[in-house]
Amino acid sequence: MPDAQQQKGPIRRFLDLPPDSVSKTVVVAVGLCLVASMVVSAAAVALRPVQEANQLNDKRVNILQVAGVYDETVPVNEAFADFEPHVLDLSTGEFSDQFEIDTFDQLAASDDPAIIRALDEDPAGLGGTMQAYRMIYFLRDEAGAIDKVVLPIEGYGLWSTLYGFIALEENGNDIFGLQFYQHGETPGLGAEVDNPRWKALWNGKKLFTDDGTLAITVAKSPPPQGQEYYVDALAGATLTSRGVDNLVRFWMGEAGYGTFLERLQAGEID
Amino acid sequence: MAQTYRSQLVDPLIDNNPITLQVLGICSALAVTSSMQVALVMSIAVTLVTGFSSMFISMLRNQIPNSIRIIVQMVVIASLVILVDQILKAYAYEISKTLSVFVGLIITNCIVMGRAEAFAMKNPPVASFIDGVGNGLGYGLLLMVVSVFRELFGSGSLFGITILPTVNNGGWYVPNGMLLLPPSAFFVIGLLIWAVRTWKPGQVEEREYKIQTVEAH
Repeated sequence: MPDAQQQKGPIRRFLDLPPDSVSKTVVVAVGLCLVASMVVSAAAVALRPVQEANQLNDKRVNILQVAGVYDETVPVNEAFADFEPHVLDLSTGEFSDQFEIDTFDQLAASDDPAIIRALDEDPAGLGGTMQAYRMIYFLRDEAGAIDKVVLPIEGYGLWSTLYGFIALEENGNDIFGLQFYQHGETPGLGAEVDNPRWKALWNGKKLFTDDGTLAITVAKSPPPQGQEYYVDALAGATLTSRGVDNLVRFWMGEAGYGTFLERLQAGEID
Repeated sequence: MAQTYRSQLVDPLIDNNPITLQVLGICSALAVTSSMQVALVMSIAVTLVTGFSSMFISMLRNQIPNSIRIIVQMVVIASLVILVDQILKAYAYEISKTLSVFVGLIITNCIVMGRAEAFAMKNPPVASFIDGVGNGLGYGLLLMVVSVFRELFGSGSLFGITILPTVNNGGWYVPNGMLLLPPSAFFVIGLLIWAVRTWKPGQVEEREYKIQTVEAH
């Protein structure tokens, strides 16, 4: 037994054991795993603040880009100051003042039960729950009226959850742009959601028909409502396209921003 | 030792290149060579991982039980790869986003594993480190050559700087879209292997079969 041998000898004795003895195999395996896991977790913990700063910066760049105001020469934080963040209560479509804007992102990332709601239906593949409050952004024009609204969206594609933003015009119906800032879809196929040409297809499309039905569709052929509600699916990436279709329809629908959009369309929000 | 450190470092560049001679590490070579910048970062990452994993495995080589040696090698390699991935995410965020899963897939890169198993298990740490770096550089060199072709003719640029203005941006060059897709790397690598073996006929493998002439009846 390993205990008997180790009692007699120091470390040297252990090292002299034949590599294939059972005790050595076990000790090497356990020891190596411990060392390796310590190295990996130390790196992960030490580098997290820098990584989070990068992610925040990247997220802001994406908000600027989706709203079409990104300029490489202007520092990101400066340009981002033009955006007006609000925490939105999805169920009522009204702004909520029970959260601090500055710390909301952390709270949202922590999956705090206070802001999580269980989902009966989960077409966007969010894992059965969704955030009941979301941070949204207004971009105002010079006169102070709402110019664009940037809404965060996410959902499951083929391999990964896609995180992104959709920018709507002030009428709450016309799409200005759509962009994902984080996903792990197949490079060259599903990852073409990042292709500027495909993203440009979203510009000018409409979410709802005149009678208020959600009509926007990502598919291989246009929906019966017509071309203005239709974004061509990505070639070779059927499941990613289906995921994008599901997540956009989910977030623009009743369970998502639907209530808010109704109020925006009715002009109840300034 | 028959090999000097210098030859260990230089040989894998052309004479014993892991991609053209040993035909290892092809999968990641397909994925990351569509732009030079990404290929360069991938080359550096693989070189570091191969070098250090070979060194650590060599330091442990007399203690590694034979029955679990592959798993031990994987643990060392995987830890290093995660380390590289974390550092990239912290200090080269944009590139780490483009590389996405492929940094993680260095773990399965046959070159890293191959050097650990074939060289580091039998040789002292310094020699193993140099051997690992040499093979990483050999992989990187080929990656860079392939990505020059793919980026120049696929997007009309090198390191993101426009060389051939493309039609989409108001220029005259119609880019070859296929070069941006992974299969094109197969053709480029295949042609490179052909070129290298024509230049150095010693690398041509002997046929495993012989075509026999059949006598007429």
